This record gives sequence, C-alpha cells and structure tokens, in this order.
Amino acid sequence: MDLYVHPLFEVVRNEKKCVACRACERQCSNCVHAYNPDTGEMEADDSKCVNCHRCVSLCPTKALKIILTDHCFRPNANWPGENINEVYKQANSGGVLLSSMGTPKPHPVYFDRILLNASQVTNPPIDPLREPMETRVFLGKKSQKLERNAEGQLVDNLTPQIPLTMPLLFSAMSFGSISYNAHASLARAAAALGICYNTGEGGLHADFYPYGPHTIVQVASGRFGVHGDYLMAGAAVEIKMGQGAKPGIGGHLPGHKIAGDVARTRMIPPGSDAISPAPHHDIYSIEDLRQLVYSLKAATGNQKPIIVKIAAVHNVAAIASGVARSGADIIAIDGFRGGTGAAPTRIRDHVGIPIELALASVDARLREEGIRDDVSVIAGGSIRSSADWIKAIALGADACYIATGALLALGCHLCRQCHTGLCNWGIATQRPDLVKRLNPEIGAERLVNLVHAWQHELKEVMGGMGINSVEALRGNRLMLRGVAMTQEELDILGIKHAGV
Amino acid sequence: MPIEGQVRIPSGCAIAGIFSRSGERMSGDDVIRSIAVMHDRSNGLGGGFAGYGIYPDYAAYYAFHLFYQEKKHPDAQQQCEAFLRRHFYIIHAGVIPTRKIPEITDEPRIWRYFVLPLPEKQETSQLDEQEFTARCALRINAEIEGAFVFSGGKNMGVFKGIGYPEDVGRFYRLEEYGGYSWTAHGRYPTNTPGWWGGAHPFGLLDCTVVHNGEISSYDANRRFIEMFNYQCTLQTDTEVITYIIDYLHRKQGLSLEETAAVVSAPFWSTLEEMPEPDRSTQIYLRKRFSNLLITGPFSIILGFEGGQMVLGDRLKLRGMVVGNHGDRFYAASEECAIRAVCPDIAKVWSPEAGEPVIVTMDRKEAAGTCAPR
Repeated sequence: MDLYVHPLFEVVRNEKKCVACRACERQCSNCVHAYNPDTGEMEADDSKCVNCHRCVSLCPTKALKIILTDHCFRPNANWPGENINEVYKQANSGGVLLSSMGTPKPHPVYFDRILLNASQVTNPPIDPLREPMETRVFLGKKSQKLERNAEGQLVDNLTPQIPLTMPLLFSAMSFGSISYNAHASLARAAAALGICYNTGEGGLHADFYPYGPHTIVQVASGRFGVHGDYLMAGAAVEIKMGQGAKPGIGGHLPGHKIAGDVARTRMIPPGSDAISPAPHHDIYSIEDLRQLVYSLKAATGNQKPIIVKIAAVHNVAAIASGVARSGADIIAIDGFRGGTGAAPTRIRDHVGIPIELALASVDARLREEGIRDDVSVIAGGSIRSSADWIKAIALGADACYIATGALLALGCHLCRQCHTGLCNWGIATQRPDLVKRLNPEIGAERLVNLVHAWQHELKEVMGGMGINSVEALRGNRLMLRGVAMTQEELDILGIKHAGV
Repeated sequence: MPIEGQVRIPSGCAIAGIFSRSGERMSGDDVIRSIAVMHDRSNGLGGGFAGYGIYPDYAAYYAFHLFYQEKKHPDAQQQCEAFLRRHFYIIHAGVIPTRKIPEITDEPRIWRYFVLPLPEKQETSQLDEQEFTARCALRINAEIEGAFVFSGGKNMGVFKGIGYPEDVGRFYRLEEYGGYSWTAHGRYPTNTPGWWGGAHPFGLLDCTVVHNGEISSYDANRRFIEMFNYQCTLQTDTEVITYIIDYLHRKQGLSLEETAAVVSAPFWSTLEEMPEPDRSTQIYLRKRFSNLLITGPFSIILGFEGGQMVLGDRLKLRGMVVGNHGDRFYAASEECAIRAVCPDIAKVWSPEAGEPVIVTMDRKEAAGTCAPR
C-alpha cells in the first residue's frame, strides 16, 4: 500500500531505560510496538507510528521518544518530499488523499500579525482583581422595535437569545466522529462553564438531554438524528451549510463507526455508511434557506434561535448578508484553517479563506447594510488561544467557536489521524477499549480549566484596555494594530498599521 | 499635523454647568468664572460654552453657528450658503460678534444663520423637521470642505474655539447673552491644537455635550452608531456620545434615565438584585443596546432645551460634583468651580457611578426636543 513511502517518524527507544513492561504495546492501537520473546526486548514498526505520543506519555521509565526521520530525497525546492510521497500514495491507491484536523500548511495567520492596545496615562487600566470585569453575552437578533405597555414600561420583546457567561462555545463535533466520553466531557464542561457545546451532525445521545440548555443541536445535510425532541432539547438549532475545513464537501462516517449508540443516535441502521450530501437537498439557493430557517422556527414554536453556519469562502460577506436577511438569528463563520474529523487533503489545504479576513469583511458588510444588529456573528476556524479569541472579538465577532483547542485539552496530540478511528486518546474513536481511556470527569475538568484560564486572560487584556465589559470590545478595531501587512490586508481587516 | 477628523485625539478636560429651574436668564459671566477656576485642567488647546434661551427673538428658528476656514477654502461660505438657501428659509444671517483679544488668534470666519426647513424640501424628504435639519447639518460637515456647523438648535447656541475657556468666553462676549442654562468645557488634548471645530461642546440640534474623559469603547460605539446615518467626522468621544444620546433619546424614544441605563449600564450583579419592574427593564436595555455601552472614564453634562443631565461612567473614573442652591443647579468637575460662583451653596454631592442627575425647568411645557415623543 505504501510502496516507496518511507516512514515519517522513527521510534527511539532507550534500551537502558526500557524494562520491557510492554505498556507501549498495550497502548498502541496502531500496533507499532511488539515484544520479541527471543531477545527479551521491545521492537517497533516505524511505518505504523502516527506520532500520537500515547506510548511516550505512558512509558513508566520515559524510555521512548518519536523523532522526525532524517531520511531524505535529493533536495528539490519545487518538489518537497511531502509532494513526492503523496504522488506515490495516490499511484499506489488511486484514491483521494484524506486528512484530519486543520491544515498544517504554512498559510498566513493574520492573528499573529495583529497586536492589541493598552491604556497609558490618559485613560486608566482597570485591575480585574479589584473591579468587576464582565464577560456575559447574549447571542441573537437585537433589532426589534421598542414597545411599551400601557404603563409606559418597556416590554422585553427580544426573540430567544443564547445566554453565555463568556463569548465562547465548543464547536460542532458529532457523536460518531468523536466518542461518547468526549461528548460527555464537552457537555459537562459547557454546563459547568455556562457556555454551550455543539452536537454536530450526529444527533444527541439520550444520556445528554439533561445538558440541553448548554447544547447547540445541529441540522446538517444528512439530517442524522433530527427529530422533534432533539430540536427542542437545545439552547439553539444550527443549520450547517458548510465547514471551514471542507467547504463544498459533505461528510462520510464509514459504516464501521456506525455501531450501537452511534447508529441509534443517528437513527440509521448499524454498519451503514452515514453520508451527508454536499448541499442540503432542500436548499439550492438563499430563498430555500429562508424556508428551512422558518420551518425550524415553526418546529420549535419560535423558542430557539437559529444559527446558520457557513464556511469562509471568497464571497462570504455577500453570503452572510443574504443569511442575515433569511431570518437567521446568528451566523457562524468557519475559517479555512478549522479542523475536521476527515476531509480530502486538497480541499482542506486549498479551499476557503482565513477566518480573520472573512470575519472582518462580514462584520463590515453587515454594518454597511445597517443589519449588523439583526444577527450575532460567531467566528471559528482555528482560534488557538485567548489572544486569537480577543482579536476576533475586536474584529467584530460576538463570540468564538473552539474545537481543536478543546480536543487538545482532552489529550489530543494533533497527530491528525482522526479518520482512521484508532485514536489512542479515546477521542476520535468508537472502539470501546480506546474510548474508556478518556475519563469524562477528568476531561470536563481539564476543559473547564482551559476555558477559565482563557477567561482570566481575556479579563486581563480588557482591563489593560480600560474596558470592563466585553460588549465594548466587540468590533472595537481601534484596539488592534497590524504589523507586516500590506495596505490591502489592513483595509480588509479594517485596522491601522502599528505606529499610526 | 493632522487635525480632528483625520486622527483621533484623546483629551482630559474640565466641565461645568449652571441651570436655573425657573428659567431665569443669566449672563455668561458666572459660567466663565466657574470654568476659569479649573484653569489647570485645560491646556489652552480648546474651550467652549453652550447657552440655552439666548435667542428669544428667534426662538422658533434653528440657529446654525458656522465656522468657515476661509484661508484654506475660500469658497466654503459661498457653497454653504447656497446649500442653506436650497434647503432652508433663512430669516436672519450675520457674523457672530467677537472681541479681539491677544489670547485668541487665528480664528476662522464665524457666522450664524436663523433658519427653518423649506416645507416642500422637507416634505419630499419624508423626514420630520428635526431629522431633516440634523441631516442637513451633518451633510454640510461631511461634504462642504471648510464649512462646519458647530451649533444647530432652537433658542440655544454653542460658542467654542482654541484657547483657555475663560478667554474663549470673553472672545465671544458671552456676558452680553442671557440664558437659563449654561455649560462649559476646558480641553486638555494629548496632541497639538486641532482646529476650532474640534473644541467642545459638541452639539446636534439642541442637544450639546461637554465631556471629560477618554472612553475605551469608542470604536465599538462609533462603528455601531454609524449604521444609523451618523458620521463621526471628528473622531472624538464627545461626538460619538452626542450621537448615541440623540439616537437613543430622540430617535428610539428612550427617556433620559433609560438612556443613562444604556450608556452607563449597571453591572450584571447589580442588575440582578434590582427590584422589579426596574430589573426587567434594565436587563432588557442592556441586552438590546449592548453595543452602546460606554466604558472607560467619562463625566458629561448634557444640555438640552429645558434641562441638563449629568452622568458619569459606571466605575466613577472621572470626578463630578453637583449642587443645589435655591433655584440654581450647579455641576462641575471640581467643587471649587461651584464654590467660585456660589460660595454658600446649600447642598453639594458627588453622584454615584453611572447615576444620572437630571434637572428640568419648572415649566413642564419647556421640555422640548430632548423629551421622548
């Protein structure tokens, strides 16, 4: 299968430290390690190693490390080894290359070229340890006409909103693409944090209905697991039109992952492939989207805000404007560096645009049209740290979606082999022996820690800016400056260069 | 060196206000003496005043005060007057009287016009009289280079320029005017002098704002308010605050108290402990208008026909003192500014963070354009 392809990683075992306890062998779902009874030593098959660090992390004597091979082709700037190997693989298999998680290509990351402001002299910084620092937000339409009752009192006529203790949500990852325990961790953490997680297109496992107020339920093109109770269970319903990692592409969860609870939750027979079409077959244009939005509103008795999630593609601003006029309460924009459980490599690495540019142009466009208040905007697609999160809010996001960061907190080591279903960390797998490696209690605690840490950092940065409520940071682009960017990039981001 | 509008210039300041509840007309002398005490809070790069009830003979007409930068834009006045003639009936026009003093130099040409919208123009626009007038003023400022409307309400006027406020007051001969309400501003910008239009108060129709502080929410507020036909051409905090108040109060019909609850919203922890029905109303306002929350230090005096409102930020990061003495209401950045004109004042206090202090004339009918419709 992998004819001509030399293993990318080498397993290095310190024989002096190794006690041949065979823990690595038991831990590795890829069968890299084996015990040789003749020599009494452990052996490794480098070609199977995905560099997930499971064995390294659990080796009791710290005898293992994984290194990148220094095996090489004749140097060629135009044909790097990766390209050559990909040609070999496709010549071997005749197939589309598959990948997982976000693109590893060195595309520009605009977040890294944006710097934040702080107060000096003319305006006092605020110390979050001494003064209240507010991060609560409500997502949903805010443009209703004011109404007063007979006594002249203002009437709360806002359509349903998603209340969040901070402008952050865990983004869509389906039960099936990730494990029961991963979902349990996300659900518990979301509830503990007062935020939301997202079911993705896999339905909602019966056990997780109690976390409904902290759940976004997704309706995607395959409609898996969608029924009345499901729609009513969540804090909001998300229509998934696209995903940043694979715009224009549907989904495919192979039959071997559709077993037991996954099949039941998706409402499909065990063992059958779950194929989500590229388009929704009832949405071939914007007016069709409007019908689905209002169908879902009708199905939920107008009690749930409707999110429309779109991938960041070239004319994302015009699309978002159309979505805002379609009755959606919230638009989620997913940038092309975002993650995935499986996507064709070429699509993931080459289709779409970065979230920073997409978000900035959507926010500006909705303002130009005077409809920014008709919708909230959630940005996702590689929010890697609180710094990215803060910059996204200042560019104009009402909130951000994170997923890869959340999986890392659960133990993911970004080996990018989710599509194999052999996740040694119990996250992207349905194999019971692997799933049980992830303890949902510990997982939830680690997620809570991560998000709390980010919230602390958000408050520190806001305090430095002299801002004591996150709504005053939203769209506050004067708090941003660019470095090492062209004027056109700055203009699209709507920010000034550092120094002016 | 860029001026206001081309660059954002933060500034510290002094503000003061005097108000007669019975509508008794006071000369500009008192408010000049009051702001002069806080000389060190300004640096000579901007001062100004707003007076209400000063044009009783033309009370029915909008009084447009204009700066013309005649040296740079010699055609500005001609273009502006042509625009005014196309849109308004001009009942009176002339130079605003000033006094030559050594402290004030390099002034632009300063004119005023008493106008009413031409009925046919206004009807075609499908706007009410105020909105039509406001849009025309904003259009002049945005489109006619070298012309700047710095005051445009009925029976009131803004007087401002580059200099210490007490000198600006003498320059405009404010002792010759009589008004029931005065506000004053001394500016301490952190940059070199801008131009006369960048001084404060900032006004739209009869609403004027004097402001001390530097708001950290500026760009969030600006980008939101610009969705509603406002153009923040000066890039100053005062300008955006004025537009926010105009939007919430005049256009959305919120009361001044409700407006204050939006811009200086109480913290969530405070909101949750409020008794009903205030709790629901205030939570609604905060959710509905979260983009118009103002953060960072500020204290303002809002002047409007028939009243004043004093408001500070939600953390009380800028000083503000108010006081009552008989018929009179006083407000200032520092108590000394009140004592300077009313040494035996009966009651002085500092309002709570975000707490609006609103005074209006005893004559209810005088509550004009700034009252909710």
